[in-house]
Amino acid sequence: MINPIEQFELRPLVALSVGGTDISFTNSALMMVAAAVISTVFLTLSVRARALVPGRWQSMAELFYEFVANMLRDNVGSEGRQYFPFIFTLFMVVLFGNLLGILPIPVLGFTYTAQIIVTFALAAVVFVGVTIIGFVRHGLHFLRLFFPKGAPPAMGIVLVPIEILSYFMRPISLSVRLFANMTAGHIILQIMGGFVVTLGALYFVPGLFPFAFLSALLVLEVGVALLQAYVFVVLSCIYLNDAIHLH
Amino acid sequence: MPQFDPAVFAPQLFWLALTFIVLYVLMAKLVLPRIASVLDERQQRIDANLDRAAHLKAEANVAVSAYERALTSSRYRAQDMIKETTERLIAESERRNRELAARLAEQIKAGEARIGAARQAALSHVREIAAEVSAVAAANLTGEVPDPAVVEAAIAAAVDGHGEQSR
Repeated sequence: MINPIEQFELRPLVALSVGGTDISFTNSALMMVAAAVISTVFLTLSVRARALVPGRWQSMAELFYEFVANMLRDNVGSEGRQYFPFIFTLFMVVLFGNLLGILPIPVLGFTYTAQIIVTFALAAVVFVGVTIIGFVRHGLHFLRLFFPKGAPPAMGIVLVPIEILSYFMRPISLSVRLFANMTAGHIILQIMGGFVVTLGALYFVPGLFPFAFLSALLVLEVGVALLQAYVFVVLSCIYLNDAIHLH
Repeated sequence: MPQFDPAVFAPQLFWLALTFIVLYVLMAKLVLPRIASVLDERQQRIDANLDRAAHLKAEANVAVSAYERALTSSRYRAQDMIKETTERLIAESERRNRELAARLAEQIKAGEARIGAARQAALSHVREIAAEVSAVAAANLTGEVPDPAVVEAAIAAAVDGHGEQSR
């Protein structure tokens, strides 16, 4: 039986190194490039017709656009417009990372959103970016974020440390949520797939049970992939809103 | 877990940064403006069509109200004309009636006068004729011509007495 965490191992395809730092092109990088290429090609070709009444592909591209645009407008308001390309790119990177990871591509298949360093990097960009936006917009007034409006001043002794702690936990919770969901899902899929192979090789009919379970899990994982991409981006929007409007 | 091996950090960070930045530039400069322009175009088209529909509707309303105004005013004018004509005709026919009645009354009066004169003339001749007839009758019966004064007196008495009786 295959080790269920072997799927998370990086496989260098082209060994590269700059100044002693390893920047090899790996299966992870391949999936990142694939996600970028697929989303660009999909969103470019589908609206090429510029149809007044959109066809199947064009309405899908428009759906993506309006989905993210509405999410940003609902959570941040009109001031969020300038961050739309970033939020959209973030959504595409996470969504296609999740979805490509589910595809059973032999050897090269990889889920880069199940890598803590990737999710943490994305979350850190959001966290640092949001903090900078907050200070640029409000100066030191941004620190009011750590003191809930209307609370008695004496409570500040307790509330301010809690608020600061929760603020700094944001990138961690954001990245660990995505990482853990994807990792756990893929381990379960791997184990269940192992059952199908070992049991099915011995007894065909009993092998069908883990296969049925695996199919159901696969559907669930597609749902998780979509949902976690949405959650990641919607939380980023909420953090952005805090920085812009100071709740 | 292989994810926590620091050796996997650097290559993934590098390629993530690269693909993310490239994708961001592509999205911001190429893909999103294009989708936005398609959506904008559609929205503008829809808005323009709605505007035109509202405009046409307003025009239609103006035309309808103008038509109704024209209809109402011409109806009033027609009624005025009917009333005026009716009054004129009534006045005309009354005038003619009056003229006719006057002429008829005149003719009747003239006729009556003529009848009265004829009657007077006829009556004045009746005595003479009666006297002549009585004288001739008396002469034939008696053989002698009666005195005309006696005859006239007798006729006058008979006519007056008869006339009094008959009245």
